[in-house]
Formats: sequence, C-alpha cells, structure tokens
Amino acid sequence: MENLMTACCSECTHSPSQPCPDYIKCRTEGPICHDSEACRQKRQQLMDKVQVSPDKPHRRVLVCAGTGCISSGSRDVYNRMEAAVKEAGIDDCEVSITGCHGFCEQGPIVIIEPEGIFYGGVGADDVEEIVEKQLKNGEPVERLLYTEPTSGEKDKYYRDIMFYKKQERMVLKNCGHINPEKIDEYIITGGYRGLVKALTEYKPEEVIEEVKTSGLRGRGGGGFPTGLKWQFTAQAEGDQKYVVCNADEGDPGAFMDRSILEGNPHSVIEGMIIAGYAVGANEGYVYVRAEYPLAIKRLEIAIAQAEQYGILGDNIFDSGFSFKLRIKAGAGAFVCGEETALLNSIQGERGMPRVRPPFPANKGLWGKPTLLNNVETYANVPIIMEHGGRWYASRGTEKSKGTKVFALTGKVNNTGLAEVPMGITLREIIFDIGGGIKEGKQFKAVQIGGPSGGCLPAEKLDLPIDYDSLIDAGAMMGSGGLVVMDETTCMVDLARFFLTFTQNESCGKCTPCREGTKRMLEILTRITEGEGKEGDIETLERLAKSVKNTALCGLGQTAPNPILSTLRYFRDEYKAHIEKKWCPAGVCSALTVYKIDPDKCKGCTKCAKVCPVSAIKGEPKEVHEIDPEVCTKCGTCMENCKFEAIYKG
Amino acid sequence: MSDKVTLTIDGQQVTVPAGTTVLQAARMAGIEIPTLCHDPELTSPGACRLCVVEIEGMRNLPASCVTTAGDGMVVRTNSPDVIEARKTIIELLLANHPEDCLTCERTGQCRLQEYAYHYGVKGDTFHGERKQFPIDDSNPFIVRDMNKCIRCGKCVRVCEEVQGRSIYSFAYRGFDTIPATAMDTPLAESECVFCGSCVSVCPTGALTEKMMHGVGRSWELEKVKTTCPYCGVGCNFDLNVKDGKVVGVTSNAEAEVNGRALCVKGRFGYNFIHHPDRLTKPLIKKNGEFQEATWEEAINLVAEKFKEIKQEHGPDALAVFTSARCTNEENYLANKFARAVLGTNNIDHCARL
Ligand SMILES: Cc1cc2nc3c(=O)[nH]c(=O)nc-3n(C[C@H](O)[C@H](O)[C@H](O)COP(=O)(O)O)c2cc1C
Ligand code: SF4
Ligand code: SF4
Ligand code: SF4
Ligand code: FES
Repeated sequence: MENLMTACCSECTHSPSQPCPDYIKCRTEGPICHDSEACRQKRQQLMDKVQVSPDKPHRRVLVCAGTGCISSGSRDVYNRMEAAVKEAGIDDCEVSITGCHGFCEQGPIVIIEPEGIFYGGVGADDVEEIVEKQLKNGEPVERLLYTEPTSGEKDKYYRDIMFYKKQERMVLKNCGHINPEKIDEYIITGGYRGLVKALTEYKPEEVIEEVKTSGLRGRGGGGFPTGLKWQFTAQAEGDQKYVVCNADEGDPGAFMDRSILEGNPHSVIEGMIIAGYAVGANEGYVYVRAEYPLAIKRLEIAIAQAEQYGILGDNIFDSGFSFKLRIKAGAGAFVCGEETALLNSIQGERGMPRVRPPFPANKGLWGKPTLLNNVETYANVPIIMEHGGRWYASRGTEKSKGTKVFALTGKVNNTGLAEVPMGITLREIIFDIGGGIKEGKQFKAVQIGGPSGGCLPAEKLDLPIDYDSLIDAGAMMGSGGLVVMDETTCMVDLARFFLTFTQNESCGKCTPCREGTKRMLEILTRITEGEGKEGDIETLERLAKSVKNTALCGLGQTAPNPILSTLRYFRDEYKAHIEKKWCPAGVCSALTVYKIDPDKCKGCTKCAKVCPVSAIKGEPKEVHEIDPEVCTKCGTCMENCKFEAIYKG
Repeated sequence: MSDKVTLTIDGQQVTVPAGTTVLQAARMAGIEIPTLCHDPELTSPGACRLCVVEIEGMRNLPASCVTTAGDGMVVRTNSPDVIEARKTIIELLLANHPEDCLTCERTGQCRLQEYAYHYGVKGDTFHGERKQFPIDDSNPFIVRDMNKCIRCGKCVRVCEEVQGRSIYSFAYRGFDTIPATAMDTPLAESECVFCGSCVSVCPTGALTEKMMHGVGRSWELEKVKTTCPYCGVGCNFDLNVKDGKVVGVTSNAEAEVNGRALCVKGRFGYNFIHHPDRLTKPLIKKNGEFQEATWEEAINLVAEKFKEIKQEHGPDALAVFTSARCTNEENYLANKFARAVLGTNNIDHCARL
C-alpha cells in the first residue's frame, strides 16, 4: 500500500474500477470490505503521518509553497530542509510542501507540527539551525519567530499570532496544513465526506435545500443566494447542463481564490461535483486566470488524482452520477470575470458581457443551463454538506452567513488573507488582525471591494460588515479586497487610480462605460493636475449617476463607486483641489509646494546644494527659502534635510 | 401561461404578445424610443444604451430593446432620469466624434445627428481625447471612417447574420474598441465581397458609399424604387436620382425579395447608366465604319440578313442567346421568336452576368 488510496491487501475489493459508496470510509476508517487488524494499522499509520498530534511520534515540517513564498525563495528552503532532515537521521519527520498561509509578507513560512511553531522569513541558510535546534533539541530559533508589530513581542506559536487569532478559518483551514498535491492528505483531513454524504444520503433537491438553509451567498461579488441559483439551474429545462467555476480573480490585490486553488484544490472540486449532482450537470469547467500557472498546475494534479481514484468520472461511488471537469485558462481581461463574458470566453469568443436576462442558469454555456459560482463559494459547499446547513447558518449575521476571506493590503502592519466571520467590524480587521496602521500614522479610509467598491472613512470603522451593510455605506463586498489608507493618501488621486483601472478594462461594448469611464478619468486627472474647474464635481456626479444607471454589465455599473464614495465622504478634498489648488494629503505634485520651516532650518545649505534646478536660496547659517516658480517638486531637498525642516503643503 | 401581456407605458395600457420587448411594445403603442444599436432584422446586443427606460421595481435603467415586456409592468420612457441618461449618452458619443456634419455624407440621414438635435445636445460638454483613425479608402466602393463610428456593432452583425461573411469583429478594448477586419487590415485586403450591407445599416457617416460622395444631399435625391436588372433574383432597391440622373443606389427596407441585402453589382454597378461608352442609338457599319442609324433601318437590316441565312443554310444555322438581364417576359418573347419566327430550337440563356 503506497498511499491511503490504494488497496491494503489482496482482499481489498475497493477500487475505482469497482465504484462503491463505502470507498472513502474504507480508506479512512476501514478496511470494511474485509476485516484485518494489520490492514487497519497500516491505514492508521498513514493517517497519523498527516494528522500529527503531540501524543504520537510523527512530526511534520511544512514549507509553504504558495506563489508568494515560492517567489521569496521557499523552493530552496524545501530542498535544503528535506536533505538536512534526512542527513540528520531524524525519524518520523516528514518534510512537505503546503499551500499559502495568507501571510505572504512573512514568507517563506515554515511550520513545525504538531507544536504549531511558526517561522517566518526563513532562508535556505536558516535550515541547518532549525534542524539542529528545533527538530533535534526542541528549542525554538528565536530570531525567526514572528514579532507582533503592536507589542513588539515574539510569538512562538501560530495560534498566538494576532493576525490569525481573530480569524475563523473554515475555507482556508487546510491551506498551509496539507500538501495540495496529494489527494490522500485532503481525504485524511476530512475531504470528500460531504460528497459521499450528498451522493449516498441526499436527493439532488435535498442538497439544494441544505445549501439554501445554510444561507450561503456568492463570494464572487454580488452576494446572490447560492441555493436559489442552484434551484434555478436545476429547474431550467435542458438536455445538457454545465457547472462553471469562476476563478478569474481579476480584482487587483485579491488572491483568496488563487490561495484556495493552490492550497486546497480538492475543496473546490468537491464543491463542484456536489453542485453538478444538485443541478443535474455532468460537465464542469474551471475558468482560471492564465496568470495563475501554479493554481492551474495544482488543479490539474488534483483533477488527475480525483479521476484516478474514481472521484471524478463515471458512476462516482456507485451513485449512478457521473461528472467530468475541465480547466480553461482565462483570456487575461478583468471583464472576463463577469459571468457572461466568461462564458463567451470559454466558447472561444471575445470576452464581452451578454445582456441578462436570460441568466446563465437558463441560458449559459453554449446556450445551455449553467451554474456559475466563485471559487470560495464552491469551497464552502463541502463544509455545509458535512456539518449541515443549520450549523453553517448559525455563523455570521442575519442575512450574511459564514465567513468571508478578505485580502488586506495597503498601509496596515499585517497584510494578507484574513478569513473572518461575517459581521466582524472593520476596526477588528484593520487594528486587531491587521495590527493597525503602519508607522503609527492615522487611519484615513479603507477601500472595500476592489475597483468596483467604495471608500469608507473612519466613522465607519465600527460597521459590522456584511453584504448589505456595505452596500448601504456605499461600498460592496466584491471579492473581498480591503485596501487601507492613511493620512498620506489623497482621495481624489485614489479615485483616479481606480478609474484608470476600470477605464482600461472596459470591454468597449456599451456607450456609458466605454466613453463615460474615459471622461470621468479625464476629469479626475485634470483635478489632480491642478486644472480642476468649477462645475467639475457636478459633472462627475452627473456622469457617475448615468453610467451607474445605464451600463450593461457590473463593470460599468460599479465603476463610478470609488468616485461616488469619495465624493460622499471626502468632498472637501475635491473642493480643496479645485478651489484652493491644494492637495491636503500632499500627494498631487502639481498641487503641493515644498516649504522650509524657518524655526527648524539651521542654514546648513545642504538643500540648496542638492536641488537639481537651484530653486533654493539662502546664506550659510541663515534660513533658506524655496522659489516655488523654479521648484519642480522632485522632493530631493526634503529627503536630504537632516533637520526635517522641509515639508509639503 | 397566457400568450398576451398587458403593461403600462407612459400611462397607456398596452397589450402585446408574450415575448415582445418593451421597445416593440412602445412602438406598437406609437411611443417612440430612440435606438442606435437595435435593428429589427438583427440580434440585439443592448450596447448603445440609448433606449433605456424606467421600469418600476427594476434596478437601474434597463435597455428597452432587450427587456421583455411583462404583465403588469409599469414603464416610463421619458422620466427626468431617462432623459438625463439619454442626453449623457449622446454627449458622450459626440465627445468622441468629429464635428463635421457640414460636409459629412450622412447629414440629414444620420441617427446621431437626429437624436442630438431632438434632445438638444451640443457637442461641447466634454473636452478630452478624440480617437484619430486614418480613413480606409482602400477600395472603390466603401469609405470607412472609424472616427465617426459609434460602436453600435450593426456592421458586425449584418455581415455575420445576414451576409454570412463575418468580415468585422470588435477589436481592441475600452475607449480603443472598433469594429475591425481580421488583423485590422483595410477592407480591400479582407475577404469582403462589397455587398454594402454594412453601409446600409450604419447609423452614422462611418460607412458610406464612395461613389455617392459629394453627388447630392439626401434631401435632394429622389428615390425611385426599381428592380435590379442584373440577375433573375429580382432584388428591389432605390435608384437615387438627381436632376434626372442616377447618382446612386440605396437599399429599400421594404423590398420584398431581398430586404436591404444586395450584391456588389446591384448596389455599386450602376455606372453604365450614364457612361459615355454606352450605346444609346443603333449603329450600322458602312464602308468599314459604324454610322448612326434609325431603329427602323437597323431592324430591317437584321431581318433581311436573318432571312438570307435561313434561306441559304436553313433555320438551324441560326441561334438565339439571351442576356441574364432579360426579364421573364423578354425571354418568353425571344423563345417565341426563335421557334415560331426563325424556326429553330437553338435558344439559350446566360445564367449570370
Ligand atoms: C467586471 C466584473 C468582474 C468580475 N470578476 C469576478 C471574478 O474575478 N471572480 C468571480 O468569482 N466573480 C467575478 N465577478 C462576478 C461574477 O459575474 C459572478 O457574479 C460570480 O462569479 C458569481 O458567483 P457567486 O454567486 O458564487 O459569487 C465579476 C463581475 C464583474 C461585473
Ligand atoms: S459596462 Fe463596460 S465592461 Fe460592461 S459591457 Fe459595457 S463596456 Fe463592456
Ligand atoms: S460589404 Fe458586405 S461582405 Fe463586406 S463587410 Fe460589409 S457586409 Fe460584410
Ligand atoms: S461602422 Fe457604423 S454600423 Fe459599424 S459599428 Fe460603427 S457606427 Fe455601427
Ligand atoms: S437600442 Fe437598445 S441598447 Fe442600443
């Protein structure tokens, strides 16, 4: 028996060519087709190697092999670690790769289990020390432990790190703890139980009922009730139906879907098979961004393994239900994440949205009823099937159940993926999980929901977040991007930044989005360049309203959100730019002037010497002055003044 | 399910067959809604968004051309929000459009011009980038001026859905989007057959008939419906006549046989009408040179010669060959003439011209 999925002895009758409802049970609790203590022990041993615990001898050294950690050098760490452990002759210790922990800035990350010790920033040169101290003598390598940004204290254990403490990791639970390239690790840790339950104990409509009871809503943006969507697809008439997974993940900064696919691909596959069973589809597609080669590779491996063991294919677990899954690499446009553009793209057409209705549930891929959900949505399904819809619905808020993964970035101390229960406040995410604002600066605003989302100010920090509260506040859940901004961010510039993105990504099909985003961006650019005119705010508002009201797809309908929300909460900043020709945050270079504080200037002449255009005049030991007419606002003087006498204002 | 639905449009109750769009329903009730990308003979992309209306209980402003009328729907086609949205859309289109209606070939027939006028929109709301494309003048028939294109996609659809050539598809994206040939080559280098269908549906001056440039304003041209003389299909179209001269051919949507579709010959092959080389009087060769003659002289001469041949060599020495441009009636007469007058069965017809 090389692994858990293969036969334990010649008596074992379970194999993928002989599908059986007890297949998974036999592999994890069995054997049940025959009775043999020796076989049971063999299986238990294999499981113990993955599910390590302090009262058993096995240990695991988990080296993160997510995209983030690989790019900071974790492959070398893994290779060195494997060699070093072997060389040191440490028994019962397996070195394994895992998917992403969502804390990539700490990478490469190495975890020692069962203790749960967390090492960050591990280089290949640190490996020997870890082996020597930690693995041989049980002493931690202090310098590689994580330091809390707020208290300055070191955390030895994963579970103590503030970044993880307030999280509730359900979907991401296994990410970072199992080897995503081995199906048996997924199964040992509870995988495919939901599928077995669905196929053997539930009728398709009962599965839909369970998902409805759970209150799960789409994690891809709109928050549409998942069970209802499944019901519509199940009820739609059609000889052929499809299940599609949206893994296009185009929101800049969001990487939860990638992490799930890289770290726990089987959870998505399991969710999709259950969905196929529920709606009556035998074929599925996963549409993955082509820029995610590792996610595609891991998904390919996972699909091949699931096929090998009869979890994908004909007559799964002898249920009579068959399911095939294919991967389609994305076409490299943000709009291809929009569901109808995505379907066109799978069909080999230009990724332009279609008019809805008809919705994909009725007319989707090649005109057939199609269920389309997001990666994270599917990854929630096995959890719901395993624990029940009622259990799932007990988490979260009244109308938003379960958890949501956010991608926390910007001016916070801890950036990364945070899975939190619905209803948590922004303050908890930003200040507890995120460890507060960098360099002790002031929080100013947070952009939620990516380029289509909105920007919320400090007054909204205590808002319990769910789908509906965010919409009311002028933002949206979107895919879960959270960009934190401090006092040094200019809100007009921010709106300009997001509009640059949406304008670039407009597919060009409909007039309001194609032409309207261009004009809004032009006006914003003018304002940030000091060319703002009276009436610009009103024109922006009027345009924003019309584009929102008339655009064909979600891209155009939400593109004005960053403008509308910054206008709602930071209107004065726009006015300052236009009327006073002044950028309060000191970001828009055309609207800032460099000044010398006479109280701080010592007359050292340094600034005058470094200024490339000789804009600074002053006698040695006397207060210097900058000629704003000559100054090109390059900022060199400010960088060079030892007395911090130069400021922008 | 009932096969009729009743909805209220601008306070008016309208009963229409189930499946009718809100746009059709409004038109049936005599309520005009502006459209740019919609065409009853083509699929509807819902792209220009000019036909938006307000429907109670619906989020945003749906495009009426792609919204199915529902029982009990309450639709407003001219609420302040709708008018403002339409104006904005026209302003946005004009902001990226050359202001040269003065000399534009489409003036007077341009939908953009018509709606701008109707909604009182001036072209100076937004001052920003305007796309600058070279004009595709690569072929004798069609001028493509993408600077005037509003990206309604009708050319793309008519070529694919009616003509079956699929010469255009949208290329580039966002503000740069244009309908383009494969690899964005000039039309002459594409597989285009110059049927001109795209010209006939283009709502603006982006696609125009090259030979009609400068020959007359639309309101100066008299449209005379006629049947194409080229082949037996019998397509109808409008001769555009100015001062007694044919200066162009345009589709006549009412044409029973062909609708707006025509082939390159019917649409663009009218130059022969006033061509100096065209024979308008009979010529008889005398002393080695052609000289003008009367019809009487000419016909007598031909009859004499036929008689001579028939007498000397028998009727089967003669044969009749009719032109593809002959009508059924003319062919019938030719047949009678061959068999009854000449006494020969040697008669044939060239199938195509
Ligand atoms: C411009 C645009 C981009 C989108 N990008 C994504 C994406 O990258 N991933 C995603 O899951 N949904 C995306 N969506 C939302 C999808 O259209 C669709 O609503 C979603 O995938 C449905 O799945 P869910 O119900 O599970 O959320 C996008 C929508 C728009 C309008
Ligand atoms: S809203 Fe933008 S992205 Fe969507 S169809 Fe219109 S042009 Fe394309
Ligand atoms: S002239 Fe005819 S074939 Fe050529 S692009 Fe236009 S519609 Fe297509
Ligand atoms: S060329 Fe004419 S028909 Fe084609 S998209 Fe442009 S405006 Fe529409
Ligand atoms: S006519 Fe309806 S969207 Fe263009």
